[in-house]
Amino acid sequence: MSTPTPITYQKSNLLSLAAKVESAFGDKLLGKEEKSQYIQFSVRADDAKALIRFLKEDSDLKFTYFIDLCGVDYLKYPQPSPHPIAERFAVLTTLLSPKLGVKVQVRAFVPALEPRIATLADVFEGANWTEREAWDLYGIEFMGHPDLRRILMPDDYEGHPLRKDYPLRGRGERSSFPVYHAIPASQSPEG
Amino acid sequence: MSAGMKARDALNDVITTQLGTAINWARANSLWPMPFGVACCAIEMMASFMSKYDTSRFGSEVLKFSPRQSDLLIVSGRISLKMMPVLQRIWEQMPEPKWCISMGACASSGGVFDTYTLIQGIDQFIPVDVYIPGCPPRPEAFIDALMAVQEKAKKGKAKSNEFVTNDPSQDPSLSPLYRTPDGYYKTPSGSVNPAAQGAP
Repeated sequence: MSTPTPITYQKSNLLSLAAKVESAFGDKLLGKEEKSQYIQFSVRADDAKALIRFLKEDSDLKFTYFIDLCGVDYLKYPQPSPHPIAERFAVLTTLLSPKLGVKVQVRAFVPALEPRIATLADVFEGANWTEREAWDLYGIEFMGHPDLRRILMPDDYEGHPLRKDYPLRGRGERSSFPVYHAIPASQSPEG
Repeated sequence: MSAGMKARDALNDVITTQLGTAINWARANSLWPMPFGVACCAIEMMASFMSKYDTSRFGSEVLKFSPRQSDLLIVSGRISLKMMPVLQRIWEQMPEPKWCISMGACASSGGVFDTYTLIQGIDQFIPVDVYIPGCPPRPEAFIDALMAVQEKAKKGKAKSNEFVTNDPSQDPSLSPLYRTPDGYYKTPSGSVNPAAQGAP
C-alpha cells in the first residue's frame, strides 16, 4: 500500500481558484476576502447552492470534502463593519479540495424576515445534521431538507436560542418542570 | 467446659436492639449507588469508586446502572433542559427509601453556567440529601458525602420521605402549577389522576 500524499496548503492554488470563481460568478459575488489559509466568497442565498455545486463538480476545483456548515447572526455586529454585511443572517459553508490543497468558505446571506435557503443535503450528506443545527439554533429554514427537525434543543422548545435577540437566561424554560414539593415532616405518613 | 461458662459466652455474643435500628444499620452499610455522571465531576466520582479511594469500604461498591436496583442517586455534573425530565424519570423509578447526592457546583447551583439551557440546581425539582461543593470535588469530599448519607440512613431519615403525604387536601402538589410529564402526581398509594380527584 502506498502512503497517501498529505494535503498541503498551496497559496498559488488559492489565487487561481479566486480567478476561476470570479470569471464564472463575477456578477453574483457580493464580496471576496482572503483569509489566512482560505478564501471566503459572499453571495446571496439564492446563488449559494449553484456556487457550491460548481466548486464541488468543476474538474479543476473538486471541493469534494465538506468540513462544516453553520449559521451566523449579524445583529449587534460592530458597525461600520470592515466587511460588507448584506443581511442579518448568514450560512457559512466550508469546503476543502484535496486536489488543490486549499479551503474555501461560502457566506450566503439570508434575509431576516424570511430566513430561507436551499438545502445542501442532496449535495453533501454531511450537511444534513449541520443544517438541522442551524435550523434549531438560528431558525434558518433549509428548503428541501429531508428531515428538518430540532437536533440539540428539546422537541417542544420554542424559539431559536442562538439568535442575538434571545435572552441569555432564557424565557423561563428552566423552571417549567414538575416540582416535588417539600412538606413538613410532621405531616408525612412515617412521622 | 462447664454449662455455666457456655451460657456466659452466649450472653456476651448477643446484642439487643430495635428492629428498625437494625434495618437502618443494614441499609446504611449497603447503599447501592446509581451513578448519574454527565460531566467532569463524574471523573472524580469514578476515581472514588476505584481501588485507591475504594467505596467498597463503606459497602457501596455495587454500582447499579438500573434505578430499580439502587437507593442512592449521585448526580455529578451539569443538568441541561433536555436532561432534567430524564433525571426525574430515573428518580421516580428508584424504590424507597432513597437518597440523592448533588455532586459539584453545577448540579447544586448551575455553577458558572447561568444560561437558558442549564438547570440552576437540581434541588429545585428533586429532593437532595447531601450537596458536595467543588468544581469538581475531590474523592475525599465524595467519601465525606457518602458517610453523611450513611448517617442519615442510620437515623432513618431521607429527604424523599418529606415529600409525600396521605392527605390529598394537604398535598401541595395538587396546586394548579403542579404537573408531572404524564399529567399525574405521586401519592404513597401510587399515581393518581388529578382530574379523578376533582383537583383544579
